[in-house]
Formats: sequence, C-alpha cells, structure tokens
Amino acid sequence: MHIIDRRPDPGGKSLANRQRFMRRARALVKQAVREASGSRKIREIDGGGAVTIPADDVHEPSFHAGRDGGMRDYVLPGNKKFVSGDRIQRPRQGSGSGSEGSADGEGEDNFRFVLSRDEFLDLFLEDLELPNLAKRQVMGDAVEKRHPAGFKTSGPPASLSVGRTMRRSLSRRIALKRPNPVELDRLRRELFELETSSGDGARIAMLRAEIERQERRAKVIPFIDPVDLRYRRIEVTPEPIARAAMFCLMDVSASMDEHMKDLAKRFFSLLYLFLTRRYKQVEIVFIRHTHEAKEVDEETFFHSRESGGTVISSALIEMARIAKQRFPPDQWNIYAAQASDGDNLSSDNARSVALLRETILPMAQYYAYLQVGRGDFDREDGVFARQETTLWRAYQELVRPNLPMAMRKVNDRRDIYPVFRELFERRDEPAET
Amino acid sequence: MARMAKKAAPAAPTGEPLFTGRDWDFPLLSKVYGAIEEIADNELKLDIYPNQIEVITSEQMLDAYASTGMPLFYKHWSFGKHFVRNETLYRKGWQGLAYEIVINSSPCIVYIMEENSATMQTLVLAHAAFGHNHFFKNNYCFKQWTDATSILDYLAFAKNYVATCEDRYGQEMVEQVLDAAHALMSHGVHRYPGKHAVDLKSEQRRMEERRAFAEEHFSDLWRTLPKSPDGPKRDMDAERRRQLLGLPEENILYFLEKNAPRLAGWQRELIRIVRQIAQYFYPQRQTKVMNEGCATFTHYRLMTRLHEQGRITDGAYMEFLHSHTSVVFQPEYDDQRYGGINPYALGFAMMEDIERIALTPTQEDRAFFPDFAGCGDAYGVLRNAWENYRDESFVLQFLSPNVIRKQKLFRLIDDSEEDDIVVASIHDEHGYKAVRQSLSRQFDVGRQDPDIQVADVDLAGDRKLILHHNVVDGVTLDGKDAAKVLHHLANLWGYDVKLLEIEDGHTVAAHDGSPSRAFR
Repeated sequence: MHIIDRRPDPGGKSLANRQRFMRRARALVKQAVREASGSRKIREIDGGGAVTIPADDVHEPSFHAGRDGGMRDYVLPGNKKFVSGDRIQRPRQGSGSGSEGSADGEGEDNFRFVLSRDEFLDLFLEDLELPNLAKRQVMGDAVEKRHPAGFKTSGPPASLSVGRTMRRSLSRRIALKRPNPVELDRLRRELFELETSSGDGARIAMLRAEIERQERRAKVIPFIDPVDLRYRRIEVTPEPIARAAMFCLMDVSASMDEHMKDLAKRFFSLLYLFLTRRYKQVEIVFIRHTHEAKEVDEETFFHSRESGGTVISSALIEMARIAKQRFPPDQWNIYAAQASDGDNLSSDNARSVALLRETILPMAQYYAYLQVGRGDFDREDGVFARQETTLWRAYQELVRPNLPMAMRKVNDRRDIYPVFRELFERRDEPAET
Repeated sequence: MARMAKKAAPAAPTGEPLFTGRDWDFPLLSKVYGAIEEIADNELKLDIYPNQIEVITSEQMLDAYASTGMPLFYKHWSFGKHFVRNETLYRKGWQGLAYEIVINSSPCIVYIMEENSATMQTLVLAHAAFGHNHFFKNNYCFKQWTDATSILDYLAFAKNYVATCEDRYGQEMVEQVLDAAHALMSHGVHRYPGKHAVDLKSEQRRMEERRAFAEEHFSDLWRTLPKSPDGPKRDMDAERRRQLLGLPEENILYFLEKNAPRLAGWQRELIRIVRQIAQYFYPQRQTKVMNEGCATFTHYRLMTRLHEQGRITDGAYMEFLHSHTSVVFQPEYDDQRYGGINPYALGFAMMEDIERIALTPTQEDRAFFPDFAGCGDAYGVLRNAWENYRDESFVLQFLSPNVIRKQKLFRLIDDSEEDDIVVASIHDEHGYKAVRQSLSRQFDVGRQDPDIQVADVDLAGDRKLILHHNVVDGVTLDGKDAAKVLHHLANLWGYDVKLLEIEDGHTVAAHDGSPSRAFR
C-alpha cells in the first residue's frame, strides 16, 4: 500500500474542459446576458453576476426510451396499502412517482453561469463601436508613441546596449593592438619552459622584455573604455488620436410618461456604459430639455425629474452652442443621440429639421434618434397602425443615404438592447436608416 | 462455524483504540490500513489489488468528478459541463461530495478527501480499498471486459492522442468526432465476447469434416430439384453483403470504426478510444447494486469487527453508524426524496440477508435457497456471489422474501392502453417471484438500453445505413433525442441513415438522419 499526498498538486485540472464548455456555450451565454439586461434595473446593468442558460442547448443526446407509450413494468419500495390487483389512477404527466424517468435519465435543469463584471460587460458590449470615428489629430497631451531610434553616447544604465558597446570595444582593442591574452599566455609558457630548462639566455631576456611591454600595454588600453559605451535611443513621437464627444439629448417634458422616461434612461445608460468602457477619449455631454434645454451632469441627467413643454430645437441649439464653444468640429468627432416621444411643438418641427440639416448634421459623425413609445400601444405592424408623430415624419424626410443619421422606435423595455445594438453595431458601410 | 461463535459472543475488547480524536495523519492511515487488512485477510478472506491511496482536496475531488473519476482523461467540453454543474450544486450546498472515489486499476487508486475525519478515513479505506477493490478484482464482468493493469496507460495514450489530433486537425474537427461518438457511447460496447479468428489448422480440419459429411450424405436426388426463379438469388446477395459487413451488428461504434467509408484514420482511432472507454465502464453499469453492496457490506463488517476488537472507540463507531445509515437509507416511493432504488441499500440488505440465511435460516429460506441455507460459510457464499453474478442475475438468484418484505417492494404494470396503473404483485407469497423477476429485469442493462442494431447498408444504391430498433413491450425511442443521435451517426457514416422501430415484424416508427457536414 502506498499513500500519496496529492494536495500540493497544481489544481485546475478541469480548467481546460470548463473553457471548452464556455466556448461552446458562448453564444448562449451572450444571449442570456443580453436578455438579462432587459429585466435588470438600470443601476444593475453594470453589475455582472449570474445568468442562466437553458441546458437544452448543451444537451448530450443518446438513444433512450421515450417517456410514454408501451407497457412498463417496474418495482418500487415502500408499499403501504396496495394489494395485488389494485388499480391506481395514472399520475398526471410530468409529476407523480415517475420512477422510470429518474431511474434511467437524470433530469437536467438549466445552467447558471456566474460571470464577473468584466466578462459580463465584454459579452454585453461585443461588436459595438462608434461609427465613422475618422478625425484624428495630434493633441498637446496626446498619447505618445515610443520607438527605438539608433544609439547615443550617454544615458541611464538601464538603456545600455551591451551588444553595441562590446562591438565598439572590440574594434577599438583591435585598432590599438591591445595584446591578446592568448598570445601573452603563450609567451609566458615559453619563458617558463626556457627558465626551467635554463636554455638560451638572450631569448629569455627578450621574452621577459616582450612580456613586460605587453603587460604594460594591456594596462594602458582598457578592455572597455567610456568611449565605447552606447545607449539605446528612444524617440517619442506624439500619436494622433481620435477624440470624440457624445451629446445625449433627452426629452423630459410632461408628455413623456414614466414608462417612456424609463426607456430613454435605459437607452442612455447603455450608451454611457458602452462609451465609458470602450473609449478612453470620449467626452459625454448630457443635455435634457423641456421647452428649454440645459446641460446637466450625469447624476442630474439620470436621476432628477422635471417637466414642461416640448421644444426640440432648444436642445439642438444648446448642443450647437456647446459644440462651438468646447468641441470645435475640426478637432472632434461629434456624436449625438436623441431620445424623445416625438411630441414636439408643431411649429418647432421645421425649425428643428433646419437646425439638424444645416448645423448639426454637417458637423456630426453620427446622429441617432430614438423615439420611445408607450408599451401598451399596438406595434406599428398592428391592425390599426399608429399614426407617426410629426417629428418622426419630419425627420424621416430628412433621412437619406449618405447622411449620418439613423432613427429607431422603441416601445418596450425588451427592445432597448436590440435597438441599441442596431444603432451602434460595428459595420463596414456608412450608417443608414 | 467459527464465525458463529464469534458473532454470538464477541471477544472482550483487547486492542488499543487506533485513534481518539478526529484528526489523522499519514502514519495513522497506515496503522488503520494494517488493522483493516488483518481482518480482511483472516476473516473475510478478501483478494485485492495492491492499493494506492491518494489524499486530495475538495477542489481536486470536483476535478475528479468531471472526468468520471479517472486521474487522466482527454479533454472535452462535456466534462466541463459536468464540472460546472457539480460545482454549482456543491457551492450552493445542494450536494455534498463523495468521501472517496475508487478506480478499477492495478494498483487500485483510492482518492480520499483531506476533510474527512479519522473515522471517515477508516470507513473509506474499508469501503473502497477493500470492498470495491475485491469486487473489481474478482467479479467476472470486470475480469472479462477490463484490464486493470493497463487502463491508466491506455488513458494516457488516449489523452495524448486526442491532444495530438487537436494540434494537427484543430479542436473543432476533433470535437465533432467526439461529440458524435459520445452520443453513440451506450451503443458502443460488445455485450458478448466475440468470435476469435480461426487459425489455418482448425479451418482446414473443418473443411475436411464438411467434405466428409457431404460425401456421406450425398444424394443424387437433390440435383433434380427445380431451381426457383430469381427471388432467392437476390436474397443470397443481401445475405452475402450483410455477412461481409458483419451484420447485424449491435456495437454501432465498432461498425463505424471498421466500415464507415469516409472517415480518416485518426477519426477511426478517436471512435475506437471512445468505444474502449465505454467498454471499460460497461461492467460498472452492470454491477451497481453488487459493487456498492459488496463495498458497503465489507465496510460494515470491517468496522464492526474493529469496534468489537476495541480498535475504534464507541464514539467513532457512532459516527460511522450515522454515515452508514444515511448511505443505506431507502426512501419510499411516495417520499419526496425518492430517486429510484438505492443500490447501496438494496445491495447491503441482500448481502446481509445472505449472511443470515447461511447462518440461521428459516423454513422459508430453506425452501427458497436450498443450495446454501444453513451452510455456515456465509463469506464463502458471498464471495461466490461477488465473483459470478451481475445485478440482474444476482437479484434473480438471491433476492429473498425477507428482503422483499422488509423493503415492501411492489410491482406495477403501467400499460398505456389501460386507463389505470395496475398493482401486479406485492410482498406476499404469490408475489415474491414476480417481484424478483421484475426487479431483476429492471437492472438488466441489456433492457435499459434499447436494442438497436445496424441491419443493412444499401451498398448498390445511395449507401443508406439502415438500423433496426427491436421494440419490446411497445416502448419506443424518445424521438427528439433519437433524431439528434441519428444526425451524429449520419455525420460519421457520411451518408443518410434510417432507423426503423420494429415490433413483431411491424414497423411502428421510423427516424431519418442526414449528414450535415460529413467528415472527410
């Protein structure tokens, strides 16, 4: 008998199998993550945690008997009152004693995956990007790129180039005829032999002189001289980067009910999450408007309430003003996302469209308009199609290919994420409606 | 007879307790092992492989679970799936971990957990290192189908081979083959030892015998029989074709490995690996009740003897009894905890009863078991049972009326054509044999797995593979899963496959499968 202590063995033997399973289930997990976002509270979207995937899709099939039909004959323990010949009503499908079922095929429930916050968000935001992030430019405090650029004669010890230094040392030693240690050794050996055998006196004297000369020379000409030293030179060049500003325009007017506001806030919190996670160099400007627009901070934008009439153009004017002041369009990539219920002051529509066409769209890389609707309304494909809002119709006239504008409608919490993905999905051709 | 005396009046405790607290260390394990070994050798006369005891952590136990307990295994996502499931159950506290895992190999590897108390380690050693070990070494199913000395080497080879294939052909390609082979795993075992290839000498002898027979029975009359037109000739072709392919063949994986036309060599080898492993585990599926019963009976005897000798304290013995009784607990059919017949409980109850019958039989026992009732050598009878039976035959042979009464076993017949389920037999004089027979069939692996055979191949046409499922008692296959498995099968075969479910010569159902991405 041997006893072996396996406890110190490296653990994680199943890690490779677990990873394979994750890879296989990845599509399912991704879907589960995205569905989870619909049911979570706004605050919790950014949380990671457990998602559940159906076991069905990672099921391993085998030939086995079906659950029903045929004649089955089985033995159970624990008889209490039956005598032979008794008839028992068949238990309803699915429940009951079900001994056969549990005897051969073990039941499988759904799988729960516990994901870290990073895993969760990575899956959540996969394949999303800001479209047309084109304007790049060298900035004062921009990212620097370091690349090697030859050698220099001074520098910190850490950047000493040993190879280059030794090469120079070698060429100097050869040029100055520094005595070769092998040669010196040979002379010494010869001298030693002659001395022990007390041979040719003149030869001995000559050898002595030669050795002494060479030793002196080796001392004078050092192995490595400060002139040999070479250091790696690193050149720093500023890297042009793309800076982007995202304007979030939210309608908080009285016509927006709680449901619509929730939808809009959900949309913007997804957007916020996406931008802060994916892009370091994105400025986010929050503008909310009723009949007048105001730039607010993140906290106010998401959590405070206000109400009033609706004048869309006020937000557009505010946006144009801020852009002009702080984000000159020749240096910044400008994005905007607008959420509204589409109930604009009717006289304002023409003005808004004009503003969009003449001021906003020419400077923007992408403009996304999200119209939130009441959840209980029929979808647009219902029998009585809901009449389009005036703003929607006005915007629709504006939309044409090659114009960086997209518009979508959302009626239900569930649709937020798919619409969000549609708007910001990575694509090759320019955005279209 | 000597046993009886001992049992009647246990010798006064003489030995010093092996341990008193719950802590254990390696020298103590050796000491405990020695004490158990003495009883196992002298009283139970167990015959075991050398043991290799490995102490592991709970994390490592979870790892071991994932790869069916084997210390090394090839990599596949399904093991990861099991790992994730077990881990979740364990972390939530819904499922405890096994105290031990034991592997049918020589040396016999026993994993024991570091968290176990000294009593538990003693129990685990008695249960696994002696009980299971003896069963592995002696039972005929294991002797016939597994080679304990080489399994670890084979697994090492398999792991290596799969990894090499993954490097060369890509994980995805390997996964496709393994997925398909795993789906057919239950139909990748030989249930009967195959015919050996005939050597030249006996072949010659047989030819001569046949010729002699033909000469002896020559009758010119046969020549005058009219030849029947066409029909039989075509049948001869089909017969010949089936014969050449070795059909019908119930080992589907074997058939594919040898005959699938479009597989590459490495793919055949992968199928072979899955097949070999299925074959290795096949005896364990056949002997759940016996294997666990043997181990449970052995540990119960060994622990009791240790206690009688005073080698373990009363407290430790109580701790042992606590876990022993929970292991052999059989919930009744209407209990929420009921999950089928507990093989530990049934096996232990039957073996204890065999001991009772051998030592102190009643009149009824003598009638039911004339062979060994009152023979006195209980361990001899048990060793014989452990050696020569599997669950099905063991239940059929040894399930006594006493056990049926104790467990209150009753037999139901659930015929889908009737409105009600009928209680066919209960634990009374008329019912014993019927219950026993029915329970025996319930443990018959040959009945648990549907009888599916490769029946024919349309070689001249579209190479469609035709399988037959011989339906018993009208129980047909689960259609959804069958379609999925057939899809895998079609991928391996490379062409369409068809599965006919046949009962009494009538086709009751048919399933089709087409290859989606045939391997090449």
